[in-house]
Amino acid sequence: MLRILLNAFHTGVVTTRYPAEPSVPPDRFRGLPVLRPGSHLPPPSVCPTGALSEHIDGGRRHVGLDVARCVFCGRCAEDPWAGAITMGRDFELAARCRDDLRIEVVADDPAVPAAGPASDPAAEAAHASSEIHRVLGRSLHLRHIDAGSCNACDWELTALLNPVYDVRRLGIDFVASPRHADGVVVTGSVTRNLETAVRRTLEAIPDPRVVIAVGACAASGGIVGESYASAGGVDRVLPVDVYIPGCPPRPEAIIFGILVAVGRLDARRPHRPHRATTTGSST
Amino acid sequence: MVALRAGALGSVEADVGPRPSDLTVRLGRPGDLPAAAAVLVGSHAMALATVVATDETTTPDHDLKVRYVFEPTTPGTPDRFVTLLVSVDSARPEVPSLTTAVPAANWHEREMQDLFGIVPVGHPDPRPLVVHDGWPQGVFPLRKAFDASRRVPVQPAAEFPHLVAEGEGVFEIPVGPIHAGIIEPGHFRFTSVGETVLNLEARLFYTHRGLEKRMEGLLPLDAFYVAERICGVCSVAHGLGYCEALEQIAGVDAPPRARLIRSIALELERLYNHVGDVGNICAGAAFHYGTTTGMRLKERLQQLNERVAGNRFLRGLVIPGGVRLDLPADLLGVIAATLQDTLAGLDSLMARIEANPSVVDRLDDTGVLQHQAALDLAVAGVAARASGVDRDARREHPHAAFAGPEPPDLHVVTASDGDAMARVNVRALEARESIRLVGELVRRLLPGPLGVALPEPLPGGRIGISAIESPRGEAVHWLRTDASGRVERYHLRSPSYHNWPAVVLAAQTAIVPDFPLVNKSFELCYSCTDR
Ligand code: SF4
Repeated sequence: MLRILLNAFHTGVVTTRYPAEPSVPPDRFRGLPVLRPGSHLPPPSVCPTGALSEHIDGGRRHVGLDVARCVFCGRCAEDPWAGAITMGRDFELAARCRDDLRIEVVADDPAVPAAGPASDPAAEAAHASSEIHRVLGRSLHLRHIDAGSCNACDWELTALLNPVYDVRRLGIDFVASPRHADGVVVTGSVTRNLETAVRRTLEAIPDPRVVIAVGACAASGGIVGESYASAGGVDRVLPVDVYIPGCPPRPEAIIFGILVAVGRLDARRPHRPHRATTTGSST
Repeated sequence: MVALRAGALGSVEADVGPRPSDLTVRLGRPGDLPAAAAVLVGSHAMALATVVATDETTTPDHDLKVRYVFEPTTPGTPDRFVTLLVSVDSARPEVPSLTTAVPAANWHEREMQDLFGIVPVGHPDPRPLVVHDGWPQGVFPLRKAFDASRRVPVQPAAEFPHLVAEGEGVFEIPVGPIHAGIIEPGHFRFTSVGETVLNLEARLFYTHRGLEKRMEGLLPLDAFYVAERICGVCSVAHGLGYCEALEQIAGVDAPPRARLIRSIALELERLYNHVGDVGNICAGAAFHYGTTTGMRLKERLQQLNERVAGNRFLRGLVIPGGVRLDLPADLLGVIAATLQDTLAGLDSLMARIEANPSVVDRLDDTGVLQHQAALDLAVAGVAARASGVDRDARREHPHAAFAGPEPPDLHVVTASDGDAMARVNVRALEARESIRLVGELVRRLLPGPLGVALPEPLPGGRIGISAIESPRGEAVHWLRTDASGRVERYHLRSPSYHNWPAVVLAAQTAIVPDFPLVNKSFELCYSCTDR
């Protein structure tokens, strides 16, 4: 017993101060891909998940990136396209609206900055001060549903409870019963074999409730996509309040998303100019 | 293999392949299968490694095929797979079941019945396995004629049949698929009297995502990203297994520096898994100091992963042909320092566990897996070695750095008790061995290229097979390209696939409250079982 106390004392405090202080990911970290308009952007076939798309509009090539689908593999930022796309280090990517995760550039015109569809600030504000915030306040108790994940997102949710992230300090906790929950975090693309269990779990949660889709599979179907065995994303089955991209999202990215869900942080918005110019290490 | 040719079957055709050291035996008719399997398992002490069904109705053969792949079990035997190849008539798709004689065939046969409609005649438990309630009769998603994007409506279904025990004080405890903690989905149904477990049924495949079908028709270089994501906590092992199978097909070898980095990645993956598992087992025994210490050590290793690979699960390091990222000297320094701290932390944690009778008491004699049962079920990895099965794919099927001319030393840890304590001890010793091994691998690093290019398009109609020692044991990958060099069929047999039935056996020796300990001591994956 004494040994245990001594060991604990010797270890000291290991808990992060995120989000009060920013978290800087290591150099090799692959965050939001940054598309450079005007340069030679890769064809969509480069992307193994179909996150990249293109279309011609007014005679110009538009290249789109669906951040919810991206698995951050870095392939589009490698030779021979290195420079046209670089892997940025931005990981705070959670959005309330699926469309806010679509970025588009005009490939051959450097004058047009990267942009997503115009968001509706009024709707966004209304959302943040919604019923959820009024009833649940600033604390959130969540139930986890594995809807067919590869376990990576699940491990990162478990990591939120470790001494380093310790999300209970932020008023966030994971509960055993849906009856005790204010909402769910869902991982996985919703497999056919789990669809009924997913619906029933949500039904057992009292209203109002939040649904947070964690990771590429939950947010969009990710690399699994839609098939005989997979619905292709949580919003095919349940209405989703917050989408957290990543494969898997790092623990800080999940904390960010959960705080967005309770309206304590602002969601990722399409028109932040610095995002288009962030230069990250492309390792 | 001469004996096989001269054995009960008379003479049979045997070809070399898929690899030069392997043999493929084409059986004249499906009826020859039981006798041929008996020769391999009996006289040659081989075990079932994997079973791969393929739909070849659109090829000139116009048939379905099943390949039963066996491997030697005697330590020190050369690396060799023996495949029994059976051609199945698509009009009457039946094969004799091997399950009664080769228990490890059980789930493989049920899976091919669900996904290909190939009936294992005489199977003792032919209930559906992979497809769940409401799946329509006669629809087989891995047949080529089935459109991969097709959604199949859920039909109303009766409750899944399970063994029902009756009598005074007998009751059933259904658990899952959605669990109270943050874990993967599975359904466990305990039949018990008081706290004694009479029977346990595990129903899995809730996370079946259809990934093998998903990969079909893709360019092999694209399909890699799917293989790397079959399982989060085995990302390196499965990514590597796919790469090695693909490199066989392409006829290329990853350069020496890339192989060493691959092995380092594999050991880092084993390490964060094993260290985390030792901590997790403490949660099952309500030893919270141990749980949080394990979590903290694991977190540190995952932060190291992020520095090394840019991803906390080491995704993006291994790629077909080699590795994507180098390990420069400064990173090697960080790795060495972190592993040294991990070693000290792990030693201290194990000392606390061993000094804590309330933990040791819970683990000793709990969830015993008998040596013979481990052999019969072809159990893999830590679970097998803790029951005295001296097998490790790093030695039996050398891969990554072990495939070179002077492989690094490997100390394979075994124990004989087969209980939860033995599995924890094996894990802790293997974690130490991984730390030592990383040091040795780093010392062998010499400057050199990180990868080779694969030919494009890839050779068509070729098979690649590989076996990787993942954190949970041997995973067997089987890949074949079609005529245009795209993925025609890929199959993964994960270690958990063979180990789940062993969890059920071991749990039946325990009491209900000890099930979490039994389960955590095996520490199996659902996602790489279900795919
Ligand atoms: S980094 Fe994202 S967008 Fe780029 S290739 Fe990979 S998945 Fe596609």
